[in-house]
Formats: sequence, structure tokens, C-alpha cells
Amino acid sequence: MAQIFHRSANTLSRVTIFGAVFIAGFVLWVIGGIVRSPVATDQGVFREQPVPFSHQHHVAGLGIDCRYCHTSVETSNFAGIPPTQTCMNCHKEIWTNADMLAPVRNSFATGTPLVWSRVHRLPDFVHFNHSIHVAKGIGCASCHGRIDKMALTYQYAPLTMEWCIGCHRAPEKVIRPREEVFNMAYVAKDQEAIAPRLMKEYKVQKLTSCSTCHY
Amino acid sequence: MTDKLTFNDFRARIGDVPTREYYRSLDELSRSEAFDEILASEFPQQALPLQRGGVDRRDFMKLMSASMALAGLAACNRPEQKIVPYVRQPENLVPGKPMYFATAMTLGGVATGVLAESHMGRPTKIEGNPDHPSSLGASDSFMQASILGLYDPDRAQVVYQLGEVHTWSEFVAALVPIANAAKTNGRGLRLLTQTITSPSLGAQIQQVLAMYPGMQWHQWEPVNRDNVREGLRMAFGAYVNAVYHFDKANVVVALDADFTSDGPGHLRYARDFASRRKVRRGTTSMNRLYSIDCGLNSTAAVADHRWAVKPSEVETWARGILAGNGANPAIAAIARDLQKNRGASIVIAGEGQPPVVHALAMAINQQLGNVGSTITITDPLEVQPVNELESLRQLVTDMNSGTVQALIMLGGNPAYDAPADFNFAEALKKVPFRAHLSHYYDETSMLSHWHIPETHYLETWGDARGHDGTVSIQQPLIAPLYNGRAAAEVVGALLGGMDASPYDVVRAYWFGKGANEQSWRQWLNDGVIANSALPARAGAATSAAIPESGGMAAALQNYELHIVPDPNIYDGRFANNGWLQELPKPQSKLCWENFAIVSPATAQAIGFGEGERAALNNELETRRVKVSYRGRDVILPLWIVPGHPSGVVTVTLGYGRRNGGRIASPPDGTPIGADLYPMRFSDALGGGAGATVALTDEGAYPIACTQEHQSLNVSETGGERHIIHRRTFGEAEKHEEDETNHQSMYPPYAYASHAWAMVIDPSVCTGCNGCVVACQSENNIAIVGKTEVHRQRELHWLRIDRYFRGSPENPEIYHQPVPCMQCENAPCEPVCPVEATSHNGEGLNDMTYNRCVGTRYCSNNCPYKVRRFNNFFYADYDTPALKPMRNPDVSIRTRGVMEKCTYCVQRINEAKIEAEKRGGDQRVRDGEVVTACQQACPTDAIVFGDMNDKSSKVAQLKTEPSNYALLAELNTRPRTTYLAVVRNPNPEIAR
Repeated sequence: MAQIFHRSANTLSRVTIFGAVFIAGFVLWVIGGIVRSPVATDQGVFREQPVPFSHQHHVAGLGIDCRYCHTSVETSNFAGIPPTQTCMNCHKEIWTNADMLAPVRNSFATGTPLVWSRVHRLPDFVHFNHSIHVAKGIGCASCHGRIDKMALTYQYAPLTMEWCIGCHRAPEKVIRPREEVFNMAYVAKDQEAIAPRLMKEYKVQKLTSCSTCHY
Repeated sequence: MTDKLTFNDFRARIGDVPTREYYRSLDELSRSEAFDEILASEFPQQALPLQRGGVDRRDFMKLMSASMALAGLAACNRPEQKIVPYVRQPENLVPGKPMYFATAMTLGGVATGVLAESHMGRPTKIEGNPDHPSSLGASDSFMQASILGLYDPDRAQVVYQLGEVHTWSEFVAALVPIANAAKTNGRGLRLLTQTITSPSLGAQIQQVLAMYPGMQWHQWEPVNRDNVREGLRMAFGAYVNAVYHFDKANVVVALDADFTSDGPGHLRYARDFASRRKVRRGTTSMNRLYSIDCGLNSTAAVADHRWAVKPSEVETWARGILAGNGANPAIAAIARDLQKNRGASIVIAGEGQPPVVHALAMAINQQLGNVGSTITITDPLEVQPVNELESLRQLVTDMNSGTVQALIMLGGNPAYDAPADFNFAEALKKVPFRAHLSHYYDETSMLSHWHIPETHYLETWGDARGHDGTVSIQQPLIAPLYNGRAAAEVVGALLGGMDASPYDVVRAYWFGKGANEQSWRQWLNDGVIANSALPARAGAATSAAIPESGGMAAALQNYELHIVPDPNIYDGRFANNGWLQELPKPQSKLCWENFAIVSPATAQAIGFGEGERAALNNELETRRVKVSYRGRDVILPLWIVPGHPSGVVTVTLGYGRRNGGRIASPPDGTPIGADLYPMRFSDALGGGAGATVALTDEGAYPIACTQEHQSLNVSETGGERHIIHRRTFGEAEKHEEDETNHQSMYPPYAYASHAWAMVIDPSVCTGCNGCVVACQSENNIAIVGKTEVHRQRELHWLRIDRYFRGSPENPEIYHQPVPCMQCENAPCEPVCPVEATSHNGEGLNDMTYNRCVGTRYCSNNCPYKVRRFNNFFYADYDTPALKPMRNPDVSIRTRGVMEKCTYCVQRINEAKIEAEKRGGDQRVRDGEVVTACQQACPTDAIVFGDMNDKSSKVAQLKTEPSNYALLAELNTRPRTTYLAVVRNPNPEIAR
């Protein structure tokens, strides 16, 4: 009976058998990379919006506080998306004829809400509360990045569970004084020196129970 | 499988003395091997399809390839989500924070105060209003489930004229000629409503009656209070309302009265009654309840003494108690006990009993000096109290004689629920103009020229009186979802206004009564009008008008038919509510249909046993019977309930809806359950003697009965476990034995912060099911349908186990609500291969749905059987109408995921966050976290809190001598513990 396989198949089979662990490991490594990459997390992805709203202009340029628009960030789980009314507070006075703002004026005139594309999205089985993070001295920029430098808003952090847990295990690395929470440009001079005091003062716990977020 | 048990074997095994002290079913009591097999398996119905038909290789490959294809599809990228903010945000609304509004729900016309939770304008949860005297914060299953009723996609949505879509303005235009004709002579114009206590609607109707001379107003509810009304009139000479004060009563005699779960004020009555039954260290007194009833009800279940009698025998008992003696020596003992508690006792008769029993009860109360002390008599709650049966009879007579030219029906469903001998549907067809306002396009709507969709109570303005007369303003939380109209608008149209806004009607009425803007806002905020309870009126009950006893009819033949409203779907109005349909009925634990309920002895007499029973799968199947009564037949599944009176067949109303919606009347054309209204005659609305019952010759009939689901009564060795701990009042200081085996290989957890815990007091648990539906609503728990309940796949996180003790003829009854025990040494945790269930720092057994892969090991290892598995997509993801109903704080679970009670962790987390933001010691105070079941409970049987806070209620209850842990011998160290049941039997009466 003729040989079915060529002699080289022996080598191939040996490599496959002995390399199985490495091959499997490599495949897992690739999958791990993909699920952490922007392909899966949407990190750094811009979204088409009805109005090309610039945080850079409004925050850095005009110095408007976060809470002027995101009114419930200190009281509720949801920071709040400003109603059209909030835009019109200023834009009935300035840039009243700008083409870019036509959807806003239209919304206000007709009572039809603006429909924004969601940038930061957590799965439905994750319950995140803005107000408690703000109260415990976690700055906006810690999760949202330098919003004041974003002409168009994108998701700064990967928002993976790994990333959440990283901070929940070691909040001392990011905690800041409450009065600096809304300061985009805040940089701790000596984090190691102030963190223990703040952790104690704000009674910060390292909450890593599943039911902290999942219920 | 081993051989099944025959009824003879069964009788032989149980003999006179039960082999087990506590049992959940007769099958458990008789302990056949086949039954033990069912108990022993965790998912007894799981493997059935495979075992029965088998799956061949081809089918297997098909299934697998389909799964693979679908799995591939699921990997697509997530879709973009939109955020839609307000244009102008309402002033007090904080996005993400719920708001609460006080309003009121009526049943039988009488209001119970409601606090409705609203998330961004969507009502999501109902609670009782703590400021309302009929609720005090408690709620029942009807209230809890009303939120599903609001969003029900089967509700009527458009105005119909003869089955064609029309508009409201066309209806109003059609009314004009009718109204014009009636202005000179209104005799042909009739209004049919349900019971009305609403002062503003009442005033509106009076206006209409004045406008159309001769017009008549009829009232009808199938489950009405005619008996109470007429009985009190017999005693007091006028229509009056009786308000009971159970907190002041040492002795209560219930004459077929289910005062803790039926009738106006039952939540308040349950709370007051329970307040005298909570025996703690140092408690010196406890009330005593005697129940003489005709079939188990919730009140009878907590009675200290109970006699199961035929409905017709209750009168004899009442007369005996009045006279101080009777055939049964117990009657004299009850009378003596009442005499010892003059002015501090209550005798109360049930709504199903004839007027004479109510009059007798009041005569006894008068004799004991209870009227004026434990009972307050007030003017009636109704705007115009009438004998509703006679009112409807008058209407039917007039319809038949052709007097009625136009009939406007506001709510109700008389074509379905009027007494059988009235032939209402036939009479209705003789009326030239018939309009019907109702929630569903139902049996009556089908026969009407015009049908107008009715608003839900959360959609419109109104007002109504509570059990003591307190008025609540009913305020809407949401604009009508389905183009509904309120009764006030239809009546307004008769008054000549096209758009009478219910808001204007209610407001104008009360401003006319002296309200101002400030008081109006105060009332809306509080949910009650302060001091609007009806004042006590003078008057003493006399027994003069009570007719002499006719004596018992000699040797009644056959069986007595006992027709009662259904504990789940009432008179049929909740038939399309899946939460209520799937609720295991308080005493029988049956769901999804109605049954013919009999005692063990009656079942044997009917011939259910003797071989027939041997052919059945225990607890999964039964036989159907033909119940015949006064020439009408109905086919119903037969079910045996220990403690049911012999010679009586109890049946419930509300099923067999021909046009009730997709749940009540499934599209395949066979309604669920059987309609009992055809057997309800006007001279005997509660049924009567002369029924016959015969087994049909069809085979086994599958049923959904949960009484043996998740059973934990049998140990591995087959012995009985010590589940229910009981004691009498005299032993109140006795310490429960700690049965814990403290050996453990692991060091105990340290709970540095909070330690959440629960104590349940089954002494006051009536099994009313309020907590079960509250849990369902709070935690977005899906329903699964009859077939799946039959397979033991119901998803209720909280179940109420019901145990019998003693002879099956008249056992004691014990209810035990069982949520997740949140064990400190939880058996579920170590067996999870993916750590989807894990222990948290506050003692909760966290359940992480997104992590669960569905091995079900945890459920297998749970000795309390409190874990529930989603075998299919039970959660309805698709129906748009149901989406806004769900609690946004709780994930909706998908197929293949285990779920269970979490102690309402969403509420715990919310309270913790608020406490930490508040500053100070940042600790949650006692009472800031209230679980959904605890909040609903009318008797405060459930207490939740932080065990580490030694001053908390729950920590103190844990130190009570009667506190014990369920299955403590397993060393699971459950955080949920129970108090031993305390009963207070009269030593003079032998059990």
C-alpha cells in the first residue's frame, strides 16, 4: 500500500502535538487582546452627533462647570444630559443664527427632543452611580479623561470590568480632594502623601463584591 | 418507577394518627415511594421530554447546528444607543431618581391608599400609603399586580362602534339625540355602575339624575356587599358601615369571615389583628381567634381554634353563640370567652354569609358592649347604598319589558357576571342603545353598540373613600396609555360637556366643599384628606328584626356548592393579569385555573381514590369532575384540601372568560378555567345545597400545583425535618433549641460593616401573597405559564410554604414564607464553577447573572430550594408595552441563568449610597432599607435590617427566645431566621 502522507507530515505532526499548548495559548492571547481593544470596547471611538458639540470649547474655552449641564451628577446615578432648554439659555443670546445650532433651535421650537448618540455605555447588568463616586473624591477626568481637550467627545477609558476593578481595588491611586473633582487639569503633587488622609476622611472602602455593581 | 399508591393503601397508611407531624400534601402524609422519588430529585420534570419520546441522532444534530448558527449571530457588534433628553425638564425631576406619588386604588368601590413609584414618568411599583388608614403602608396582591394591569397590552385601546373603530367625539355626538329625548322623560335612560364611593362622581351622577327626570341609576358588582349591607340594616334599621378595631379586641370570632384578606380595610384589619399576636419577651397578652369557616381562608389559617362547617351551618353557630349554648360544647366555651372580654371582643361575619348572620353577629356585639368600643358604626361609604342585586333585577326587568331605551354601563362586565337566571345578555340585546366603558373589550363590550376604553386608576383623576370613610384624591401618574376615558368623562358627556376633564370635576367638587390651593396640594401630597373619616353615629343593634331560625333543612341531599370570589383574580376582572394567574392560591397552592375543592372524605365519597388515584402522577395530575347544580353542569379539576368541610364543594369565580384578553382567553379558543357564573342564581349567589359531583371518565388531567414544589420537609434518611416550631402562649419564654452543628473546616467570615439579616414571624403570616407579588414587581420576575409551573419551573423568588399538622379532616395550618436564607456558610457558593454566586462582606450571597453559565449546581446544593432557573426566555423582551413597567434598578434575566432573592440588594445599595453621601458616620440607619416583601406585608411579619446594629429591630428579634434557624442542623447559618409560631388555644376546648 502506498504511503498516504509525505514524510514531512511527521515533523508537522510533532510540531502540532508539542506546540498545542503554545498554539492554544496564542489563540487565547489574541482573543484577550481583541476583547480589550477598541474593537470591542469602543474606546476612543467618536460618534456622529446631531450637533457637533465641543466640550473643549465650552469647558476649556468658556470655563463652564460640568454641573451646569450635568445637573444630577452629585445626586443621582445618572449625571444627566442637558435638556434643550439648557443649550438655549445661552444660545438664545449668542450664535442665534449659526447653522450648526439649527437642530437645537428646532428642538426648542417644536418640542422635539435632540437625539444624541450614546458615548459611554455600560451593559444593562452593571449599575453605576455617579453621585457616590463624586462624593468619594473621584474626579471626572479619572474616567472621562481630559474632556476639556475633546473637540468631539469620545470614550476615554475602556470601561471593561478589569478596568473598573483596578480602581476599586486601589482607589488610593486616583482619589483626590472633593474640591478638585470637577477640575479637569488637576494633577496630584504627592498622591502617596494625600491619599491615606483622604481615604480615611471620605471613609472610602474597597468594594469588590459582585453585588456592588451587578444585581 | 415503583408502584403507585391506591387510596386504600393511603387510608391504611395514615390510619387515624398521621405518620408525620407536619405535611404539605396528602401524598407527603402517606409517603409513597413514588412520591419520595419526586421529592428527591432537584429538577424532577427536567428530563421528561428525553425520557418519554427520546431524541434521535438526527434531531440532536439539528438542534445542535441551530444552536451553533444562533451563537454565531450573537457575536455581532453591539448596536448604537441613543440618549433622548428633555426639551424642557420638569422642575423637580432628577434623572435616575424615582419619585413617589400618593394616589388610591379602589376595589369594590372602596379605596386603599397607594404610593406609586415613578421612574422618569413611568409608574413601576405600587406600595401602600403609610398615611392612609386602610393601608398603613401595606399592600395586597391586587394592588401590587395593578401595575401590570396598567401596561397590559390587551387593554382596550380604541372606541368601537359595533366592532369598528370610531372616535370619542363620534360617541359623544351619538349621545346627543338620546340625551335630548331624555330631557323631558328620562325613564328610558339608565346608568349602570359598579359600587361608587367617590363623592365627586356621585355628585356628578346626582346632577345627571336631576337633569333627566325619571332616569334611573343601577349599581352592580358580582362580589358585592349586599349581605353586609342588609344584615347591618336588619340590626341598626338603616344602611350603615361598620369599622372594626382589631387592635382593641382580645377575642375575635370570625363567622366565615376572611377579614385579613377580604373586604374594605382588610389590610388595616390584618395589621391591627397581628399587633395583638406578636409574642415577644415580656409580652403579657395575646388575642385569640376562633374561626368558623366553610373552606380554608387566610384568616382561618392563623386561627387558634377552627371549625370547618357547611355554609348553611354558620347561622346555627351564630345563634348558639348569641344564646350562649349550642349542640357543640365549643359554642358555650366561645360564648364564655366572649363574656370574659366584654367590650374587648369582636364577632364578625363574612361577606358570603346571609344578612341574618351579620345581624346576629351585630346583636352579639351589642350584647357584649363591643359596639362603640371595638366597633364603630358610621354612615355608609357608598354615595347611594342600594341592594345591588335588586338594583340589577330592576334593570333586567325593565330591559325585558322594553322600558329601557339607552343603557350606559360604567365599568363592570354584567354580561359575564350577572346572576345566571337574569339572562342579562339576552335582556341587554333588547336595549336600542348600549354603551360600555371598560378596561377590556370584554363579553359585555361585545354586546354593546359603543365601547369606550376605560382609564386605569394610575391614568386619571378621581376620589374615593377608604374603609372608615377617609377620602383620598386619586391622582394620575401617567397620561392615558391607550386613549382611555374616565367614568367622569362619560357622565360629563351626558351633562353636555364634550371634554369634561376629570381633574376639573374632582377639583371643582372639593373647592366647592371649601378646599383651597394649599389644602388641595396638601391632600395630594398626603394621599388623604385629613379628618375626612366618617364620624361615629349613634345607634344600637337590635335583634328584633332577625327572623326566627327556620331550622336546618332535614337531611340535605348531595353536596353544598360554595361559590366564592377567586383569591387571585377576584370576580374575573384580574383574569388577564399573569402575575395573579400564576400566584399559588393562598391555601391550596393551585394556580392558573379554578378547581372543585373538597375534603379528603368527600373525595372518597365521590370515588376519587379506589384505583383512580393510583393511575395518577402524585401532585402533577388529578381527575376532572362534573359538578351539576340546578340543571347546569361544569367540568372542573378536583382537588383535595385537608381542612375543607365535608359535603361541600368550593368553587371560585372569574375563570372561563370568553373575551378577557390573551391570558384569560388564549387565542386557541379555550379559556383557562371554567366559568361558574352560570351556576350563580340570584336567590343563592353563594351557592347552595343540591349539587352533585361525578368523576368524568376522561383520564388524568395535568395541573399546576406548587404545594410540593421545593419541598424541604424530608431529610436524606427519609425522616421528617424540624421545619415548623410551634408553642402555645403559655410557653412564650421557652428557648428554642439551637440545633446548629458548629463544626466547620473554614474560619468564619468577619462582617465588619453591615450584616444584613431578616426575621420572619410566621405566627402572623396569613399566606395572603402580598409579598410574593411585591417581590415579583420589584425584581422583574417573569411568569412561566401553566405547563412550566407543572414542570416546577415557576420563578417566584419568595414562596410561601403551607404546612398542615394533625388530622387531614381539620388540621392546624402553618404558613412559612421562604426567601433566600443568605447563609453564612452557603452551600451554593463553593459549588459554582464560575463564581457566579459569591459571598459579600455584608453577608449576602451575591448572584451575578452575567456570570452564570447555568450549571444549576448551586440549586442542587441548596437545602432550602430557593434558587430559580430560567429554562427558557421567560422574560418578555419584545412586548413594547411591558418595557416601561420594569424596575430599571434590577437586571432582567435571560435564558440559562439562575436567579434568586437578593434581599433587594438594589434597595440596600441605594440606601448605602445615600447614607454615605449624607456624611457623619455614613451608616445606614435601621429602617432605611425596607425589602419589597417587608414593605408589602400587612401584618409586619417580615423584619429586615442590620444585625451588627444592636439596636436594630432585627438584631433584637434575633435575641428572642422563639428565634430559630431553618435546618440549623446543616450548619448553613442562615441570615433569615424564623420565630416559633405561637398559638393561643382556649384550654376549655379540647382539640
